[in-house]
Amino acid sequence: MATFKDFRNKVKPNWCPGCGDFSVLAAMQRAFANQGLEPEDVAIVSGIGCSGRISGYVNAYGFHGVHGRALPIAQGLKLANRDLTVVAAGGDGDGFAIGMGHTIHAIRRNVDITYIVMDNQVYGLTKGQTSPRSEMGFKTKSTPKGSIEATIAPMEMALTAGAGFVAQAVSSDLKQLTRLVEEGLKHKGFSLINVYSPCVTYNKVNTYDWFKEHLVNLDDEEGYDPSNRMQAMQKLMEHNGLVTGLIYQNKERKAYEELIPGFDEKPLAKQDLKINKEQFEELVAEFA
Amino acid sequence: MIKQLSWKVGGQQGEGIDSTGEIFSIALNRMGYYLYGYRHFSSRIKGGHSNTKIRISVRPIRAVSDELDVLVAFDQETIDLNAHELHEGGVILADAKFNPTLPEGVSAQLFAVPFTKIAQDVGLAQMKNMVAVGASSALLGLPLEAFQSVIEEKFSRKGQQVVDKNMQAIQRGVEYITEQTGGPLNALRLEKSDGKKRLYMIGNDAIALGALAAGARIMAAYPITPSSEIMEYLIKQLPKFGGTVVQTEDEIAAISMVIGANYGGVRALTASAGPGLSLMTEAIGLSGMTETPAVIVNTQRGGPSTGLPTKQEQSDINAMIYSTHGEIPKIVIAPSTAEECFYDTIQAFNLAEKYQCPVIILSDLALSLGKQTVEPLDYDRIQIERGNLVTDDQELEELENSQLFKRYQFTDNGISPRILPGKKHGLHHVTGVEHDETGRPSENPLNRKKMMEKRLRKLEQGIDFKDPVHLDCKHEEADLLIVGINSTRGVIHEAMERLEEKEGVKVNHAHVRQVLPFPTDILREQMAKAKKVVVVENNATGQLANLLKLHVGMADKITHIGKYDGNPFLPSEIYNQCKELLVHGHV
Repeated sequence: MATFKDFRNKVKPNWCPGCGDFSVLAAMQRAFANQGLEPEDVAIVSGIGCSGRISGYVNAYGFHGVHGRALPIAQGLKLANRDLTVVAAGGDGDGFAIGMGHTIHAIRRNVDITYIVMDNQVYGLTKGQTSPRSEMGFKTKSTPKGSIEATIAPMEMALTAGAGFVAQAVSSDLKQLTRLVEEGLKHKGFSLINVYSPCVTYNKVNTYDWFKEHLVNLDDEEGYDPSNRMQAMQKLMEHNGLVTGLIYQNKERKAYEELIPGFDEKPLAKQDLKINKEQFEELVAEFA
Repeated sequence: MIKQLSWKVGGQQGEGIDSTGEIFSIALNRMGYYLYGYRHFSSRIKGGHSNTKIRISVRPIRAVSDELDVLVAFDQETIDLNAHELHEGGVILADAKFNPTLPEGVSAQLFAVPFTKIAQDVGLAQMKNMVAVGASSALLGLPLEAFQSVIEEKFSRKGQQVVDKNMQAIQRGVEYITEQTGGPLNALRLEKSDGKKRLYMIGNDAIALGALAAGARIMAAYPITPSSEIMEYLIKQLPKFGGTVVQTEDEIAAISMVIGANYGGVRALTASAGPGLSLMTEAIGLSGMTETPAVIVNTQRGGPSTGLPTKQEQSDINAMIYSTHGEIPKIVIAPSTAEECFYDTIQAFNLAEKYQCPVIILSDLALSLGKQTVEPLDYDRIQIERGNLVTDDQELEELENSQLFKRYQFTDNGISPRILPGKKHGLHHVTGVEHDETGRPSENPLNRKKMMEKRLRKLEQGIDFKDPVHLDCKHEEADLLIVGINSTRGVIHEAMERLEEKEGVKVNHAHVRQVLPFPTDILREQMAKAKKVVVVENNATGQLANLLKLHVGMADKITHIGKYDGNPFLPSEIYNQCKELLVHGHV
């Protein structure tokens, strides 16, 4: 059986020392091993940006696509081979700016994949511009006088879009993060895990210390019931989205694959391509 | 006895124009006639003039005709807009309800038939279509049984009563017109057909069926005119074969999903028109860079921007060749008949996997939506070739020292072994970033150069596409070579025949079926044999003509005949302009 070390490869990440993404990488590797997966069972589809490189740092199948399109690629892959564990990963620009349309629709569609967003609330690889996750007033190269646009609230957005699994974590708590990734992998349907993953170079506001001070851990909240959507929304609004833990899970909702008429358990990629002559003649008869 | 005639039905969109044409043509197809049907419609659902023109012939045809023999009109607008197409002695069957009148200068025979009133008598005003079908069949002297069996089929699931009423409506139409005319009109008597069984389908049906036959099991697409029929057909059929269609949030998602599915090992396609293709261009580059197969259908319509969504044009040729930044290997093929739509689509999937690159099937509105007779499709011609794909039961050797599989191995022909995710000992990376043989990002200049050359090398020796140029070139020395693409195949053929017959000139015809890589040698040979070359294309700037100049040269010989008013060419337009060119040296 594979251990988390089997999911490591020899590539040295090109992230800055102290980058929150290192924890996300470690959490993924541990979660895969803990779930009894082998490297060839896993495919990671990632976007573009610092975080997008993550698919190249895990010893598994990896697809590093174009900016903002990790989700449609990942959904196509999962529909092609439902035996694979498919994880999409990227940054907040990838998922909530250029790819926001896909994020909402992936939530609606509910294909059984796990989406991990490394949310650093800034554009890192392009050297420090504002992100849709930046706070109002946040000063960057592109907003020298401070951002004048409202911040996207991804967890609230996911709840209203009908998500079946909504969780949030922070890079500094590897244990909770790993557990949430595992929960996400186990969840039947689309799971969204937003990870506060501090950018030590371009975000001097939302730092590890800042998160320590502001985040509320739902694991410590007595009586918090993640199956209660209304309560989830209330909690998020109460704390301005600054919570960690499993925010909401709907175990009843069926995954997209379960609802496709005639969709077999056996992966499409392993099915015979050729249709037989009888079937063909039947198809053609419609046009006679 | 005549060899061919044209029949048109027109009225307000949403009034059942399509179904009238449908029943009429299915019956004629079963009688063994060759048909070509073209719909004129607008970008709206209800209201606005709409018509379907159906040409019936005893020999193969693939174009609308210049003239019209019979016009069935459900409103005066139909007469006003279309009566000028009627030749002398042509017939109008119009609903008596609106007191039809002949426009000035039109010498057709007008029969006011109480379509609506008869239908109401039988039970339902909507059945005026059936009355019109009955009247038409009687006028043309066609056997009523053929129409009755179509009705039986079409309405049987709605119950016997509905079938009976429709039968009555048809019968009453026959009776009414027979009383007026005393029987079929001699000028409209068609020669007997050969009675052979053939298919009657639109290009989009043939593409969709081809995809199914090729083993495509996932389609991801966003609805758009004139491509939606492909998606609609597969939504209906794919579940029977375990597959599915995903209606995505946009065309970017569609092509990305197709790339994901192909990466996963399933043959997948998307289909759209110009606006959708514009959105897909970045991902098409990803397919090229990651060497992931993808099949994309572009049913061209009038551009640019939203352009003319329901009209014919061939103005995406350049965009299909050049769009996407950077340089990738890409294949663009262009079927010119519905039959080719079927076989080419199968080939497209084979090419995409063989060369591990994007393949664009370029169609146009007239081919995609024009309905035409197709010879029975041959099951034995369905070949599935998956290229250098490591199969499921093939065991791979353990990679030493946790190395990665060389998915992008440098090979002589540039084609590397393809591994599907899930395979043990096949781990590799895939990225749109320049990469080494295992797929790891690399900025090494030497690697970059080698990898670029490896990718481009795949298509350098030409591709394995059957019939890259359709040639109808019987003259060793020709006065004229007409070159076309996509749906103009039939109309060029007719113009060619007319030029030879009436003008006594020698005309050859080459129809470009493989656009990229461009079939330069074949075209050069044909161009060399002709004194003049005319390129017929539905665009303003002469995109295909310019490709000939770029690849073949001989620019002095080349003239371009363009039409970009939204309508397909008529045979007379090509005939007249070619004649002009031959006589005066220019168009």
